[in-house]
Amino acid sequence: MPLKLDDTDRAIVNALQGGFPLVERPYAAAAEELGLSEEELIARINSLLERGAATRFGPLFHAERMGGALMLAALAVPEERFDEVAELVNAHAEVAHNYKRTHRYNMWFVLAAESQERVEETVREIERETGLAVLRAPKLKEYFIGFKVPV
Amino acid sequence: MSLKVDKADRAIIAATQKGLPLAPDPWAVIAEQTGLPKAEVLERLRAMSERGVIRRVGLVPNHYKLGWTANGMSVWDIPDELAGELGSKVGALPFVTHCYLRPRHMPEWPYNLFAMVHGRSRSEVEGKVARIASVLAPHARAFDVLYSTRILKKAGLRISPDAERIPHGSKV
Repeated sequence: MPLKLDDTDRAIVNALQGGFPLVERPYAAAAEELGLSEEELIARINSLLERGAATRFGPLFHAERMGGALMLAALAVPEERFDEVAELVNAHAEVAHNYKRTHRYNMWFVLAAESQERVEETVREIERETGLAVLRAPKLKEYFIGFKVPV
Repeated sequence: MSLKVDKADRAIIAATQKGLPLAPDPWAVIAEQTGLPKAEVLERLRAMSERGVIRRVGLVPNHYKLGWTANGMSVWDIPDELAGELGSKVGALPFVTHCYLRPRHMPEWPYNLFAMVHGRSRSEVEGKVARIASVLAPHARAFDVLYSTRILKKAGLRISPDAERIPHGSKV
């Protein structure tokens, strides 16, 4: 069952997906836009996080611009080896997330490290441990990332 | 690769990567945690935002819990010379949350444009993919949609505040 949000929650999620102001008393400023009190907005954000309706509230960082490196990668894992390979891949701290997907390339994961060299080393380790070739899908260009899914 | 954040920035990043303090004056809380003056915390957050080190400050909805259970990674084979033009058009669609150009790996992976689409059902995602197809027509030579069926790991990024863990090749 999906979580139910009331109209105020929905307005908060939609307004704050786009941006939280970097000003003095920012909750008060954001609350005013929403017709809420500072206290109520803080309590609502807390509740959205506690109920799991939101996974995070805060700055979202751009890893490459911090000097780090990110890469999307994929493996075509034989079904009978899937769990074993998932365990090998997930054991690497550099693997930030990993999803099973509907394709011959059925395991898609994002590597995050402090350098491209470290990302590549991790990919080679995964290839050695699993005996499978990793599909490297680094980002060449990014065409606008908006988090604009209205809830 | 050049380093775009210094030690004080990293301290702020470390203090906020789990989230912004839910207190009327969050900058004061971060100032206390980092030992930086409050005005500097806010100034540095603004500067990191301007440089794009911070993409945005805000709430990340849990699409899955809110009923957006279908997550499709649509992948397209489009001519490289049209990538900029077509990628911008697809990225501007209101329901596309991420849009990237990535390398092909022939023959097993012919796709170079990736566009992430969320929906409440696969049929909703399919409808949105059809709209991407109409934007790309007649240039898309092939496409596929990879639905996520299981989250295997979701750890997020971890940044160390320690100076010795600053990225290789960086100038501090």
